Order: sequence, then structure tokens, then C-alpha cells
Amino acid sequence: MFEALSLITLQQYWWLIVTLLGALLVFLMFVQGGQTLIYTIGKTEDERTLLVNLLGRKWELTFTTLVTFGGAFFASFPLFYSTSFGGAYWVWMAILIAFVIQAVSYEYRKKPGNFLGQRTFEIFLVLNGLLGTLLIGTAVATFFTGSAFSVNKMNLVDLTSGNMPVISEWKGPAHGLEAALNPQNLLLGLAVFFLSRVLAVLYFMNRVDNPPIMGRLKKQLMINAIPFLVFFLAFAGWLMLSSGFAVDPQTGFVAMEPFKYLHNLIGMPLVAILFVLGVVGVLFGIARPIINFKKCHAKGIWAAGIGTVLTVWALLMLAGFNNTAYYPSTYDLQSSLTIANSSSSHYTLTAMSYVSLLVPFVLAYIWYVWKAMDKKKISTEEMESETHVY
Amino acid sequence: MNHIDFSLVDWSRAQFALTACYHWLFVPLTLGLSFIVAFMETIYVRTGNEEWKRLTKFWMTLFGINFAIGVATGLILEFEFGTNWSNYSWFVGDIFGAPLAIEGIMAFFLETTFVAVMFFGWNKVNKKFHLLSTWLVAIGSNLSALWILVANGWMQLPVGMKFNPDTARNEMVDFWSVLFSPVAINKFLHTISSGYVLAALFVVGISAWYLLKKRDILFAKRSIIVGASFGLLASLFILMTGDGSARAVAHHQPMKFAAMENLYVGQQNAPLAAFGILKADPNAPGHKKMDFRYLVEIPDVLSYMAFLNPNAYVPGIYDLVHGNPEHGIISYQERVDKGKIAIDALGSYKKAKAAGNDSLASASLSTFETNYPHFGYGYYANRDVHELIPNIPVSFYSFRIMVFLGIHFFALLLVVLILTLKNKIETKKVILYTALWTIPLAYIASMLGWIVAELGRQPWVIQDILPTIAAVSQLKSSSVQVTFWIFAVFFTALLIAEISIMVRQIKKGVAS
Repeated sequence: MFEALSLITLQQYWWLIVTLLGALLVFLMFVQGGQTLIYTIGKTEDERTLLVNLLGRKWELTFTTLVTFGGAFFASFPLFYSTSFGGAYWVWMAILIAFVIQAVSYEYRKKPGNFLGQRTFEIFLVLNGLLGTLLIGTAVATFFTGSAFSVNKMNLVDLTSGNMPVISEWKGPAHGLEAALNPQNLLLGLAVFFLSRVLAVLYFMNRVDNPPIMGRLKKQLMINAIPFLVFFLAFAGWLMLSSGFAVDPQTGFVAMEPFKYLHNLIGMPLVAILFVLGVVGVLFGIARPIINFKKCHAKGIWAAGIGTVLTVWALLMLAGFNNTAYYPSTYDLQSSLTIANSSSSHYTLTAMSYVSLLVPFVLAYIWYVWKAMDKKKISTEEMESETHVY
Repeated sequence: MNHIDFSLVDWSRAQFALTACYHWLFVPLTLGLSFIVAFMETIYVRTGNEEWKRLTKFWMTLFGINFAIGVATGLILEFEFGTNWSNYSWFVGDIFGAPLAIEGIMAFFLETTFVAVMFFGWNKVNKKFHLLSTWLVAIGSNLSALWILVANGWMQLPVGMKFNPDTARNEMVDFWSVLFSPVAINKFLHTISSGYVLAALFVVGISAWYLLKKRDILFAKRSIIVGASFGLLASLFILMTGDGSARAVAHHQPMKFAAMENLYVGQQNAPLAAFGILKADPNAPGHKKMDFRYLVEIPDVLSYMAFLNPNAYVPGIYDLVHGNPEHGIISYQERVDKGKIAIDALGSYKKAKAAGNDSLASASLSTFETNYPHFGYGYYANRDVHELIPNIPVSFYSFRIMVFLGIHFFALLLVVLILTLKNKIETKKVILYTALWTIPLAYIASMLGWIVAELGRQPWVIQDILPTIAAVSQLKSSSVQVTFWIFAVFFTALLIAEISIMVRQIKKGVAS
């Protein structure tokens, strides 16, 4: 079935899948956002334990989505994997370290003999929440702003010059950290950070049965929603006004085009609709508990969650579709990565496409288990009857 | 010759090895213990006996402590292919990326989703669904092992692919031959069964400690019966798959095989060095040749092990390096020359293509294709070919210690199981202490297996096609050093925390 598709169709299909995974990841980073709020919202030991346990039931889902996002990106667009990870070394390493310290913190936090102490593991959680969201947002922003690197496959056969035979070379002196100095990248980083906190607040509202916590959540929703909106709108506005990296579909030649991302939005009405629906969804999700807290506080997470997925998905489509270089090089425009020049072969994409048929099945069982496990709200008292506590 | 930053290559290797070793400290226990708890929970659901439930939960707690840190180190490994081996990621990403993605989609989500039910679902879902979840965790973790070991097996025996000169990379042409490559299948079966034995020894060793302390006695004996039966079956399986693995190495990685045996001069009716002590040969110029200070041989066994024929010829290190026309082996120097021809031909193909010179392009391509099997050797042009020999003492000793320990594990599990079934185990203090102190030995054997497999194939990332010096990312060596030490500190701190928590939980016991 997939064999019959053209290479470019398969590339587009895989861009859709990889970016969907990325979008789901941003939504699931409510876990990270929640981790940065454990001290703000949890004022007592019991309250913090409650919050940590609510996040602890979901952290692995976020983590696995990150791992799968990495694997799927590797399988479908390996040149991105080699260029970005091997080049923007320090950003990716910082992200990885932020996730290493998260993985054990839930399990070890409360366990006797945990060597570093409960407080350390809680700080690990806060750091993971802060760095994970901020740096991933910043790294993703380089899909629009570009990075300084060159790609030359002839380097592989270069046995005479004084260089290593490495295809992708990073030109940024700080190996990725320079991305954090670009204000536009930072805007997205901060937007993702505050979004993750907004989503966490909405998730807690959906799950917690504890009046003092609920009061604080109500306050935190506003406190985080406003900076999120400011940073997000600033980034989106800047994006619409900025030049982008256009690719000539015939020759593969990359050139700057004014208002490229605005053109992409207009040129792909379906993406524009997704984008608008997504933004409206997020706003609606935030507004519901604010307008009618009593009735709607548990419902915000769904609209905002789905809205987040749609918005991020649409943004990433703007980066890669409509003849756009999704990982542009500011050092050498012609080294920019496009979905056409960085993908796996027709054969591999076809094989992987068959595997992608499992995705709906995977989503279905995740959904089923989520519902089965989250039937009841949780209060601090109920934590005591739990069999496995973080 | 191009400049190679050897410090960068070495630190990149060190960082990957560090991450892989730490990862492998946790994974085998996950692979085996997930099944052991599934067996125990099955007994609970079948019998309705609450004591089996408590037993299941006790081992599940230990499973959880171990699981988290395996997840953390695994994430780093996955991304290090990109961060530290960027050329590799492009050169073979078309083949290597797929198993990683499938691992995520097929295995990790299964594990993650149902591990939550396993830990938190006791009061939320019914018994049968919980049991199913526990089994799915076991299946998920073992499925993930399948895919990553298929990927590793492919690096040892690159099959099912063809080099595409236009994209300058290898591309997959046959998914099934990648999946069912004999190296991949043997590696998968051998590795997971080693995980089962390790988990069995873990369960038996801890139970032995309870018996020595005269507490939780019934729980301990029950655990021993489940653990030792499982471990014993897996031990038999290890012997079979180990034999298959050795044969696959002899066929596809003769240098690794010769290094494992410290065999310099090839021979027919080659004996197996059952036991030996090495010493450096002071008269061998240019490289470190090892002699035997002491050796116990078993006649013909090496030939039989390698080729199922006691008369078969097994090539030695010298035959591979210097060539042996009688047995059709070309020397490394010839392979280096041919590799360089392949690399140069690829360059001239690309240039001719760009210039629109079709006849030169097709001539270059044909030269390239003839010499491609030696491609990776070309990076050793103007270098000492002895650099292509892996570390002999490490390969030799690691292999032997692993095998001896494997035999010890089999015997121990057998004795422990029989004594437990005869209800005599409690009085056999020596056996109980041996079982306890075999836990670290199980980890050592497991790690040595990987050392044989990975150090023995140096310098190849992809056998014969891509050496480490051409696979690495272009970074400052100092950057990799810094991240190496950051990881070393973090992993070590987390390991200490893990062991300390584990010991506390064990001391707390099952009954509490």
C-alpha cells in the first residue's frame, strides 16, 4: 500500500508523524510545568506528595514520547539527527541531563536510603521542568530562525585535507548554546515554559480533590496564562513578519523570502484552520475555569490540551511544508535541511509507514488505561491508602 | 592523510561506553525480573493466595527502583548516536534509525503505559487486567531488547543494505534480512537469556540472604523455586545461543574470534584455549603481541566450535593482518588499498556527476562498487594496519571469565533448586553464601559479554564499512570530556542511590 506512494508523499507523511509526536510532547510537558509548581502550589509535605504523585502517573508517558520522537526523527530524517544533535551539542546535552535527573526523581524521592535526600530529588524535578521546557522551546525555534552549520557529503571522501571526514560541521562557536542568545528563540522557549505551567494547572484542577490546593491553582492559572500569551503572541507575530527559508522544489535551491511563514499560512488553508482552532482551543481551555470555575474547572485541560497539540502541529508544518527548509543554515543557505534532502530512502520510509499503522492502536490503549486509572479524583488522605507512592 | 583527532575519538568512545555500561547495569534485571513477577502474579491470580500477592509486590518494588534508572540511561544512549556519532547517523541512519523508532512505537509505549497499571492499578483495575498489564510490561521490555539488539546485530553484520553514491549513505533494501540476520537473532536470544539468568540469580541471592538471616523463610523459598527454575531454563538457553553466537563471530568477524582466542597463527584442528595466562611478547615489533605464559588446551574444539568441523581451518590474527593466500585471505594492507580506491572512486563519481561527465561517473561507480566491501579500511591509508587489531588481553580474558561464570551459574541454580525442593536448603550455609555472592558475579559476567562483543570488534562501528575515526561528530575533545565527567558523576550518584534504596527495601523484608 505505501510502496505505491511517491518519495515526496512519504516524506510529507513522515513529517506529519514526527511533528505530531513533537506536538504531543509539548502537550505532555504539562508534567514538566507541574514540576516547577510543586513548591508554589504544594505548601505542606502532604500537598507536595499529592502533586508529585499526580504527575508521577504521567511522567513516563512524556518521557517515552520524547524517546519515540527522537527515534522517529532519526528513522525518517537522519540528516537532521546527525546535523543538529552532533552540532548543537550543548543544547541537546543540557536537555538530556535535565531528563536524566527527572527519570529517577519520582521513584527515589520518598524512598529511605535515597542518598541525595528528598529535597535534592525535588530540586531535580524543578530543574527538569524549567530547563526541559525552556531549552526544547528554544531548540525548536531554530527551525524558524536557523543555525550556523554546513553539510558537505564530499567530506566523507576527503582523505587529503587537514579536516576530519565529517559531513555536518557546526559553525556556531558555542555548539548550540548560541541559540539561547537569540531573542526570538527565547520567546518560544518562554512561551513553552509558561504553557507547560498553564497546562499543569489545568491538569491538577482536573485531578485534585483538595480545596486549599484548588484555591492556589485558580490564582496560578492567571499568573501563568498572561506571560504565556504575551510570549506566544510576540513569537507568532514576529514569525509572521519575518523572512523565511524558501526552497525551489525543482532545483532544491534555498533563498530567503520575506513573510515566508505568513505565505505558508495563507498558502496552506488547512494548516491555517488547524492553527486557529488550536489557538482558540488553548484560549477556551484557559478561559473556562476563569469564567465559571465551579462548573468548568475540571474541563479546561481537554480544550487546552487538544489546542496545544493542534497549534504546535500547525507551527511545525509551517516550518517544513510548502517548500520550506525546516532546519535552515544561516552559515550556508544551501546546507539547509528540507524534508526532501534529509530524509530516509523510499524503502525505509515505506517500511516505517507500515509500522506507523500501529500508532492508532497505541493511542487507543494509552487512552483506555488513562481513563481506567484516572476514574477518581485524588485527595491527600487517599494518598495514604495507595499501594505505590512516589 | 586527513587529520584525525584521536583524543576526540577516544573520549567519544569512552562516553558511549560509560553510558552503555551504566545502562546495562539496570536493563538485564528489568528483562528477567519482569517475567519473574509475572509468574508470581499468575500464581496469585490462579490460587487467590494473598501471600503470593505480597511476594509479587515485594519483587515489583525492587523492579520499580531498578526500572527508572534504566529508562534514564537509555534516553542518553539513543541521543548519543546523534550527538557523538553524527557521521554514523547519516551514513547508516537509513537502516539503523528504523529499529530505534520501532522500539519506541512498539515497545516503549507498551512498557510505560502498563507499568503505571502494574504499580498503581492494584485497587483500580480488576485482577485479570492487572495480571495482563504485568505480562505486557514483560513483553514490552523484551520487545524493546529485540529491536535494539537487531540494530546492534546489524552493526556487527551489515546486511540488507546497499550503498547509494548519490546520497552518500547506505540504504536499506531488505528489512527482513536486517531483522532475521543470524547475528541479530543469536544476539537477541543470548542477551535476553543472560538477563533472565541475572534476574534469577538476583532473586535467588536475596532469598538466600533471608534464609541466612532466618526470616521471611516461606517467601524466600517460594522465590527461589520460581527464580531458580526460570534461571535454570534460561541457563540452558544461554549455552545454546552462546554457541550460536560464537559461530556467528567466527564466520563474520574472524578478527574478533581470533582475538578472543589469542590465536596468532591460524591452524586446522585448532585447539580451544580452555584456560590461559597471557604475557606480552617482547620480540614482536610494531604492536603488542601476546604469548601464553600458561595454557590448557582442548584439541580440535576451536575448529569444531567455529565451523562444526574438527578439521576446519581457523584463521589467526597474523593471517588476517598479513594475508594467507592458501586460505584465500587478503591482507589488511590490500584491504586498506582497496578501501582507499573505493573512497577515491566515490569522490571522482561525485565530481563527474556534478560536471555532467556520465562516462567517468559510471566508470568511477563501477570501481567504487567493486571495492566497497573494503570501504572502511580506506580510512587507514598511510596508517599502521596493526591499529586494526582489537585489544587482545581484554577480549581473551573477558570471554573466558564470562564462560566460566556461566557454568558456575548453571551449577549453582541446579543445586539450589534441588536443595529447595528437598527442603534442605536452609541448612546449607555455604551454598546460601555462594548464592548471595553470586549476585555481583552475574553483573560482571553480563558486562563482560558486552565487552567481548564491542571491544572485540574495534575499530569498527559498522564491520568493515565504517571505523570509529570516520563515524565521530566534529566536536572539541574537551567538550566531550566535560560531558563524560558530568555523566560519570550523575550516573554514579544515581547508582549509589539505587543500591542504597534497594538494600533498605530488602532489609525491610517481604512481610512488612
